[in-house]
Amino acid sequence: MAHAAHDSHHGHDDHNHAPGFVARWFFSTNHKDIGSLYIIFAVLAAFVGIGLSMLMRLELQAPGMQFFADGQMWNVAVTAHGVLMVFYVVMPALIGGFGNWFVPIMIGAPDMAFPRLNNISFWLLVPALGLTVASLFVGGAGTGWTLYPPLADSQYQGGPGLDMALFGLHLAGASSILGAANFITTIFNMRAPGMTLHKMPLFVWAMLVTAFLLLLSVPVLGGAITMLITDRNFGTAFFKPEGGGDPVLFQHLFWFFGHPEVYIMILPAFGIVSHVLSTFSRKPIFGYLGMAYAMVAIGVVGFVVWAHHMFTSGISVDTRAYFMAATMIIAVPTGIKIFSWIATMWGGSLEFKTPMLFAIGFVFLFTVGGVTGVKLANAGVDVILHNTYYVIAHFHYVLSLGAVFGIYAGFYYWIGKMSGYQYSELLGKIHFWLTFVGVNLTFFPMHFLGAQGMPRRYPDYPDAFTGWNVVASMGAYISGISFLFFIYVVADLFLKKRAAAANPWGEGATTLEWQVASPPPFHTFDELPRIR
Amino acid sequence: MDRQDALARRNRRVGFAAFGTVAGMVGLSFAAVPLYDMFCRMTGYNGTVQTGGPAAPGAVERQVTVRFAATTHPSLPWRFEAAQNAMPVHLGEQGLAFYRAANPAAVPVEGVATYNVTPEVVGKYFHKTACFCFDAQTLQPGQSVEMPVSFWVDPAMAQDPNTRDIRTITLNYTFFRTLADAEKAGVLASAGPHVGRGSVTR
Repeated sequence: MAHAAHDSHHGHDDHNHAPGFVARWFFSTNHKDIGSLYIIFAVLAAFVGIGLSMLMRLELQAPGMQFFADGQMWNVAVTAHGVLMVFYVVMPALIGGFGNWFVPIMIGAPDMAFPRLNNISFWLLVPALGLTVASLFVGGAGTGWTLYPPLADSQYQGGPGLDMALFGLHLAGASSILGAANFITTIFNMRAPGMTLHKMPLFVWAMLVTAFLLLLSVPVLGGAITMLITDRNFGTAFFKPEGGGDPVLFQHLFWFFGHPEVYIMILPAFGIVSHVLSTFSRKPIFGYLGMAYAMVAIGVVGFVVWAHHMFTSGISVDTRAYFMAATMIIAVPTGIKIFSWIATMWGGSLEFKTPMLFAIGFVFLFTVGGVTGVKLANAGVDVILHNTYYVIAHFHYVLSLGAVFGIYAGFYYWIGKMSGYQYSELLGKIHFWLTFVGVNLTFFPMHFLGAQGMPRRYPDYPDAFTGWNVVASMGAYISGISFLFFIYVVADLFLKKRAAAANPWGEGATTLEWQVASPPPFHTFDELPRIR
Repeated sequence: MDRQDALARRNRRVGFAAFGTVAGMVGLSFAAVPLYDMFCRMTGYNGTVQTGGPAAPGAVERQVTVRFAATTHPSLPWRFEAAQNAMPVHLGEQGLAFYRAANPAAVPVEGVATYNVTPEVVGKYFHKTACFCFDAQTLQPGQSVEMPVSFWVDPAMAQDPNTRDIRTITLNYTFFRTLADAEKAGVLASAGPHVGRGSVTR
C-alpha cells in the first residue's frame, strides 16, 4: 500500500541500502527480491518435476513394468509431474518471477502496489510445494492433474496423499489470487506519468490479462477442490451420484478453471517473446495494438471453450459443435500474434543471441502445438484422440516447448539485468540446442504413438509401440541433461562474474528496465520516469 | 504526501474490487451445484429423464426399442440385472419393465439407483411415471425382489429433427450403496456425519 511510496521517499539519500540477509530474503517486500525468490523456487521445483518425468520415461522405454510398483504409483508420478510443472514451475517462473521483477520497472513504478501481500504470495507457495512433494510419500494422488471424481473419491484414493495435494493447490491458488490482485492494482494505479495503457510494453499487457484470468478462474478451482475435499472427508455428496451429486459437474468446474489456466501459463511467455524478438530484430514489435488486444481476445474467448476437454464426457452434439467452433476461433488471435512476430523479424537486423534462439524456437514450436490443437478441437476427431499420446504431444508442444522456451528466453534476456552478470553466449547456445533437440525428440514421436492409439496414464503398452517410445525416452534423457547444463550455465555466470552493462542488447532494447543499472538499485525509481 | 495517500486509497479500492471478484467467483462455483442440477432436469441434458409428469397420452403408430442396462457400484454387494433385455414400445404407450435385485450379503443393505437414457438427447422425451429408483431400496439378507419401472416416450420425439431418427433408447441404472448405509457399515471410514441431500437422487 502506502509503504512502497514511503520506502522510495525515504530512500532518497541512500537508494542502494538493502536490509540484512534474513530481513532481505525472508521478510522481503521488494519486488525484485521476491521475483528472484520465485525464480529460485521454480528451479528447485523443476528438479522434482523433471526428475519425475525422467522416471516416467525410464519406465516407458520398454514394454512391461520396470521401475513402478503398479499403475497407482505410475499415476501418482504422472499427477505430481503435472501439478508441479503447472503450479510450481511455470507459473512461479513466469508470473511470480519475471512478472514481479519487470512489471513495476517497465511501467516506471517504485514497487508493487501491495508489497507485503507480495511477500505472502511467495511464502504461501513454499508450504504448498512442501505438501505436494510430501504427498508423494504418503500414498500420493493418483488422479492425474485433472483430479476427476470418482477416481478422486475416498474409495479409490484413500489416505491423506490426495488431500495433501489438494490443500497444496488451495495454498498455491491463494498465492496466485493475491499475486493477481497485486498485479492488477499495480498496473492500473502505479504507471509513471505518460505511461498510458496503450504505451505499456507487451509483457505488462500479458501480465495484466493473465492477472484477470487468474482472478476469474482460480477461485472456481478453489471451490471445486473444496467440494472434493468435503466429499472425501466430511460426507458431502457434491460429486457423488448416490447422494444426488454429479461427477460431470466437477469436470465442468475444473475445466472452467483449467482452460484459462493454460493461457495463464502461455500469455506471459507471449509477452517475453514479443520483447525478445523486437530487441534482436532492432525493430519495434509489428502491430503493437493488435498484439495487445489479441491477448485480451484470447483471454476472453478462453473462458467459453472449456467443454472441448469433455467431448467424450457425454455432451450433446449441439454443445460439441458450439465448443468446437469457439475453440477454433482462438486460432484467430493466436494467428495474429504468430504472424505479427514473423512480421517483426521480417526485414529486421537479426542477431541470434541465446534469448533470440529461444524466442524463435518458441514461435516455431508453439505453432506446431497450435496446429495439433486445432486438429484436436474437432469433436469428431477428438473422440478418437482423446486421452491418447497425441494430446500429450499437443500440450507439451505448447507448454513444455512453448512456455518453457518462453521462460528460458526471458531468463537469458534478463539475467544480466537481474544479477548484474552476463551469461556465456557459447554455453547459452549449447544449452539451447541441447534443449531444442531433446524436447523435440521426446515429444514429436508422441504424435505418432497417439495417432496409433497409445493411451495416456498407463505404465505399460503393447510391444508395437516400443520403437517411438525408445526414441522419446532418448530425447527425454537429452532434455534432462540440458536442464543440468542450464544449471551449469547459471553456475558459470555467478562464478565468472562477467559484469553486465545497463543495456547489453543495444538500440533494440527500448523498455524502461534497460535504462536502469544492472542490477537495478534496491529502490528502482527514486524519481518517477516520464514517458515521452 | 497527499498524492501518496490518494494513491494508497486508489490501490485499496482496486484491491478490494479484485477480492470482491474472487469472492463472487467462489460463490458462483458453489452456485453451480444447484444450477447445474436444475439445468439438467429442465433440458434433459446428460440424458436426464423427465419424472413426475403426466400419464401416457396414448399410443401412436411409431415404435422404438427400449433396452435395459444395469450396473452395480463396487460398494454395493448386490446382484442387479434387468429382467428383460429389450422391449418394443409405441410412442405414447405406457411401458412396464422389471429389474431384479438380490442381496447375498449377511446384513441388510440399502441402495439407491441413478439413471439416465442414451442417446442423451432423448432425455427430455423419456418420461417415468413410477420407478423403484425414486426411493432408496432396502434388501434384507438373502432377499430378492423384482422392481418395476413404468415409462412412456413422448410422441414429440418423432417430430424433433435431433431425435426423429432414433430407433433404440437405452435406459441405464447404476445402483449405489446409500451414503447413510455406507456410513453405518463403516465403508466411509473417514467420513463424518452425512450431510448430502438424503438418499433420493435428482
